[in-house]
Amino acid sequence: MRTIRAAATGAVVMSLALAATGCGGGSSTDGGGSDDSPKTLTYWASNQGASIEADKKVLQPELDKFEKRTGIKVKLEVVPWSDLLNRILTAATSGQGPDVLNIGNTWSASLQATGALLPWSDAEFTKIGGKDRFVASALGSTGAQGKDPAAVPLYSMAYALYYNKQIFADAGITHPPATWAELVADGKKIQAKGKQVLGAEGANVSENIHHAFVFAKQHGADFFTADGKPDFTSDGAVSAVKQYVDLMAKDKAIPQGNAEYAQNQSVSDFAKGRTAMLLWQSASANLKSQGMSEDKYGIAPVPVQSGAPGAGAQVNSMVAGINLAVFKNTDNLGGASEFVKFMTGDEEQKILNTAYSTIPPVASAQSDAAFNSPANAVLKDTLAKSAAALPQVADESQFETVVGTAVKELFADAAAGRPVTTDSVKAELAKAQQQMPAK
Amino acid sequence: MSGTTTAEVEKPRVRTDAGREPHPRPGRIRRIGLPYLLLLPALALELLVHLVPMVIGIVMSFKELTQFYIRDWGTAPWSGLDNYRMSVDFDAPVGEAMLHSFFVTVGFTLLSVGLCWLIGTAAAIFMQDTFRGRGLLRALFLVPYALPVYAAVITWVFMFQHDNGLVNHVLHDQLHLTDERSFWLIGDNSFYALLTVSVWKGWPFAFLIVMAGLQNIPGELYEAAALDGAGMWQRIRRITLPSLGPVNQVLVLVLFLWTFNDFNTPFVLFGRAAPEAADLISVHIYQASFVTWNFGTGSAMSVLLLVFLLAVTGVYLAVTSRGRRASHAQ
Repeated sequence: MRTIRAAATGAVVMSLALAATGCGGGSSTDGGGSDDSPKTLTYWASNQGASIEADKKVLQPELDKFEKRTGIKVKLEVVPWSDLLNRILTAATSGQGPDVLNIGNTWSASLQATGALLPWSDAEFTKIGGKDRFVASALGSTGAQGKDPAAVPLYSMAYALYYNKQIFADAGITHPPATWAELVADGKKIQAKGKQVLGAEGANVSENIHHAFVFAKQHGADFFTADGKPDFTSDGAVSAVKQYVDLMAKDKAIPQGNAEYAQNQSVSDFAKGRTAMLLWQSASANLKSQGMSEDKYGIAPVPVQSGAPGAGAQVNSMVAGINLAVFKNTDNLGGASEFVKFMTGDEEQKILNTAYSTIPPVASAQSDAAFNSPANAVLKDTLAKSAAALPQVADESQFETVVGTAVKELFADAAAGRPVTTDSVKAELAKAQQQMPAK
Repeated sequence: MSGTTTAEVEKPRVRTDAGREPHPRPGRIRRIGLPYLLLLPALALELLVHLVPMVIGIVMSFKELTQFYIRDWGTAPWSGLDNYRMSVDFDAPVGEAMLHSFFVTVGFTLLSVGLCWLIGTAAAIFMQDTFRGRGLLRALFLVPYALPVYAAVITWVFMFQHDNGLVNHVLHDQLHLTDERSFWLIGDNSFYALLTVSVWKGWPFAFLIVMAGLQNIPGELYEAAALDGAGMWQRIRRITLPSLGPVNQVLVLVLFLWTFNDFNTPFVLFGRAAPEAADLISVHIYQASFVTWNFGTGSAMSVLLLVFLLAVTGVYLAVTSRGRRASHAQ
């Protein structure tokens, strides 16, 4: 009896002590990986294709090729977007993760702050062929400025305006709209023919933030001050978010039903010919998988306020894309570096970016004839001239969530017929800003 | 003869006594220690699965645990009571949102538990009488309880869709009860959508438990009541419900705790960013921890929630058991 009580007490005390000293799990923080198991790698790939299975079909042959060349076996796991960030966080916390992983390029600075990813010093870059292999816009979304990048660009994407040629012809529209005012005016003609104008994912937090960011740029506003503090309620930011939500609330271009879309229903609507226009990143492969052939739609730059797309207030897309990162706790440093070199090599860049209808962030691969289709020309042009990286600050992922959610709430108001005013937009954004971590 | 027999008969008894006298301890230890020995695996697991993480969670709530420290959270700076202060500062945004979420959760839980209990009890009483097809109906009633939560809730998501969901099709297109198609997954109606799914999922459990409780009520009571000329309502009010007292006490408590802490239903219905009207505390804490990466504040909110639930449970058990004791005394 006494022994048992003593044992139980002992166990509790032990667990308390473990908890208090923080040895209850997690990893050693001696900062580095090792080369303990040079013959295997674990790779988490983000879900890029129409399904997890489709991705495996694309990637497995390439990984087999890598094994044949280097003798290193790569264990592949394709992770759905909805789980990816949490999985990475869990891996960072426990120290148990993959060797190499895909991250959404906008999360680079946030994940960099956790210290879980291997920094890419110039020496590391040299091992994979040098930093100058990559295009500047893609490198601009790899971590906070002034620090070594936390990841290496793998696929690049940009937003474009996809439009249904048949619906445009029926409505007597001869060219895609270049400005928002034109888009709204075209919308009236399209509605007169009984079709929906513009698809959107009103309840999709990430989509919302991408558009809010571009509108803010066009209004000369940034969501963060120069020293990295949240600044969501400036006049420019408020007008920007209001203009986006007004596409539904005032202009009726976005159908009210889209306010609850969060599972890419707007892509299906467009593929089925219900909607005339869609703002999407690298949609070709997705549309093809839903049975819409390439001759049915045109692709044009995302509209601006006036003039032509370019820098500053003429920005019309975020720099979208996927980066490749090495987990700091890897036990195959050499192999991981070898694998990144393989994936960012010209040959694989062509194969993978063709499969996913994305643009190679590697300059030598980007100039290949395979990426010269009209659709790719628009995307390449946008990336080169008129795309901007989302804020490279440690709070970026929180910013995506809180502002994306604010826009979702505003869309819900618009859908319910409640007025969306400057005050109501400002109030939502103020609430979002207050949810940001205190500095 | 007889003497020898008694001696022979007594002999073994003496021997056993003698045998037991010098070594009384091992048997006692076995007698007392065995239950503890049997409990040991469960205790160890309970410690590992429940208590240790809980203690770690409590420790975390006193730390400034953001993304900068998750890799080695032992090094996160101590923040004293800051996380708690932030959670209950109802004039500031974090506390205000937490309070709003708390009230939404309380309202939702009371409504959901009340409706689950009401429907479950009504169904169980209705199923007391034998009729053709009772077994089939009983099995059908239990379907929502048997289905995997994710599959069931995803089906509801499809049904609640604005443009081509079954709910709007029935309410608007067929019955013309609404002027226009309503939104159920965003905006204010999301509360009712959540409540509907929660009740749909929860009432079969109440039905099952009440049905089991009804088996224990002696039929003679009803017969006697019928002889005295009691109607159906009187029988339910004076025999069925009072006899179900102890069963209901446990049922309501379990339903309350499950519903209050339900994470799966709102998460599958609304995703990471729940609408304000349906911002349940479980999802709210998840957001504070895993979405805004502020694990210290999330832990503090969890601890506060634990304290609240323990207090409610304690008061509830004290009140109901006092009521039971009083009725026993009568």
